[in-house]
Amino acid sequence: MPADMRTYLAHVELPNPILTASGCAGTGRELAPFADVTRLGALTTRTITMAPRAGRPTPRMAETPSGLLNAVGLQGPGVDVFLARELPWLAERGVRTVVSIGGGSVAEFSALARKLTDAPGVTALEVNLSCPNVEDRGRVFARDPSAAGEVVSAVRTAARYDLPVIAKLQPDVADVVAIAKACVDGGAEALSMINNPVGMAIDVDRMRPALAAGTGGLSGPAIRPLAVKCVWQVHAALPGTPVIGMGGVTSGRDALELVLAGACAVAVGTVLFHDPYAGHRVLRELEELLQERGFDRLADAVGLAHRPSHRTDREESSL
Amino acid sequence: MAGSPVQVTGTVLTMRRVDAYHALTVVAPGIADRFRPGHFVTVAVGGPRTSTLTRRAFAVHDVKPDYGGTVELVFTVRGAGTAWLADRRARDPLDLIGPLGRPFPLPRDPASCLLVGSEYGAAGLFALADALQQRNCRVDFVLGAASSDRVFGALRARRMAETATLTTRDGSLGVRGSVVDVLPGVIADTHADVVYACGPMATLGGVTAVCAEFGIPVQVSVEELMACGIGLCMTCTVPVIGDDGVTRMTRACVDGPVFRGERVRFDDVGTIPFDAHGAPGGDRAR
Ligand SMILES: Cc1cc2nc3c(=O)[nH]c(=O)nc-3n(C[C@H](O)[C@H](O)[C@H](O)COP(=O)(O)OP(=O)(O)OC[C@H]3O[C@@H](n4cnc5c(N)ncnc54)[C@H](O)[C@@H]3O)c2cc1C
Ligand SMILES: Cc1cc2nc3c(=O)[nH]c(=O)nc-3n(C[C@H](O)[C@H](O)[C@H](O)COP(=O)(O)O)c2cc1C
Ligand code: FES
Repeated sequence: MPADMRTYLAHVELPNPILTASGCAGTGRELAPFADVTRLGALTTRTITMAPRAGRPTPRMAETPSGLLNAVGLQGPGVDVFLARELPWLAERGVRTVVSIGGGSVAEFSALARKLTDAPGVTALEVNLSCPNVEDRGRVFARDPSAAGEVVSAVRTAARYDLPVIAKLQPDVADVVAIAKACVDGGAEALSMINNPVGMAIDVDRMRPALAAGTGGLSGPAIRPLAVKCVWQVHAALPGTPVIGMGGVTSGRDALELVLAGACAVAVGTVLFHDPYAGHRVLRELEELLQERGFDRLADAVGLAHRPSHRTDREESSL
Repeated sequence: MAGSPVQVTGTVLTMRRVDAYHALTVVAPGIADRFRPGHFVTVAVGGPRTSTLTRRAFAVHDVKPDYGGTVELVFTVRGAGTAWLADRRARDPLDLIGPLGRPFPLPRDPASCLLVGSEYGAAGLFALADALQQRNCRVDFVLGAASSDRVFGALRARRMAETATLTTRDGSLGVRGSVVDVLPGVIADTHADVVYACGPMATLGGVTAVCAEFGIPVQVSVEELMACGIGLCMTCTVPVIGDDGVTRMTRACVDGPVFRGERVRFDDVGTIPFDAHGAPGGDRAR
């Protein structure tokens, strides 16, 4: 019998645990010719900002071993155009939509939450904490537990009580568990990790940084061990908090690894650039792997790798 | 839908060397059916467990109805991805997405059309030339490259067009110099009504400037680093002036790669123009 793939972000039920990662699925329209976006657990929008943003100059991209550096700079038309033209397309089709929001100040985050909270078609808000805080000399919120907690709590206060708030964490911080706890204390019902750690590549022919912005966010399989570690640590510290795991997932096996570390949902990002059908493929592969291992429910596999090692493995498993 | 792209596993039919280039023909019916001149395709490189995740973009040189539909690409080996592609042999599978992008618009009435291609940029112009000739347009070519072995399609251009002017930087074939250098003379001689150009950004900027002097329209096919080719990643943006006069960072893969030359801010490529929509500081100015 196929495993029951339903999962929950707070009280919101998703029919399956595969999401798209923020900034990797366009507006949904671009993915639609290749894959049925309504069948995703949810689609996460790119980070929506208050004002339109032109982003960073090109080159914005450099391929690195098993990964990709990007410095897109949150290019987007701003929240009003998002509400007028992008969200309605998703809502009309019944696409479960996690709206990622980003701002330069606590006030901007809460203003975004207020604008979005009653819009039809918003399944949850994801707070992109990897945004520079203009009130803290550009240090990103994700690096400071009190700033992260403050932003999350402002969004929680501004959003309708029944709209889940997800905090998105960055891996290259001193103590990811401290940030996670501050976000949960601030009212986050779920956590999403990992955002891109910062990296750099130098073009040895031009003898200059490969990206116009100098540094960029690293994504793809190169960062998967970092994602597994963050999910593992946060799940150990906060076992009751739903975690959306992401970072280099390209297959059902990769997704299962994050699930076993403690993720109850898994997002695909960079792999969509390689294969726009990857979300559906990963879901099918994950289903098969759970079934092969004798699981009735996805939920039973979440965090299973944390069980004490002296316990013998599940006897009913055929493997 | 005629325009909507498909992802297919094609089968390599042939792989040939053409001077400095590799020409790869793949059986990919869904793509060949939908193709219009100016479209491009992307290829996944490195096999199933690849460590190079971004897709490689290539102009379509030719489509043929054989075997249900074939697509031919012409490419030069640059890095890991194109090196892998050059090692493909007949019957190898190839993951392709296409046709992608905005194709070349064709004139409604017969016109004199000048096609300008630099390096492998020439490859995408032959299907266009066929389509133009079917509409009774006059076609002339200017093809150029660094050296004679890198001038693609010179013979075919000479055979099919009214005139074909060739340029090389080292003078090993045709006129010594660049396609931009010979352009004013060729436009005057051929009485060109419209120019189509494909090549490196700097060349396209030069071609556009010459066309502006002559007051004739120019369609350029631009090239910017692409990770996905289908509009997901926002890495391929170019500053382009919209119909409303506003400059936006515009995705070359879905809104291009073909643009009206005068709309592309060539001098500002690699920057965010201060007056672009959403440029830093712009929100404070409002
Ligand atoms: C619309 C379009 C049409 C193209 N048509 C052709 C063609 O007909 N023949 C041909 O030889 N080449 C063409 N190119 C360029 C071709 O995409 C690159 O040469 C190729 O991606 C290099 O891959 P690589 O792995 O060998 O090089 P690497 O340098 O290892 O590539 C690293 C990364 O950079 C990207 N990249 C590198 N150079 C380019 C480039 N010039 N343009 C876009 N992305 C790049 C690659 O996709 C990859 O993600 C075209 C590019 C575009 C955008
Ligand atoms: C091109 C690109 C754009 C991204 N944009 C955003 C964004 O707008 N907001 C955000 O929270 N994360 C963004 N991310 C990070 C991804 O959502 C994801 O956390 C990360 O890439 C790890 O997953 P992956 O390895 O599967 O891509 C972006 C990643 C990439 C590659
Ligand atoms: S290449 Fe990804 S948006 Fe154009």
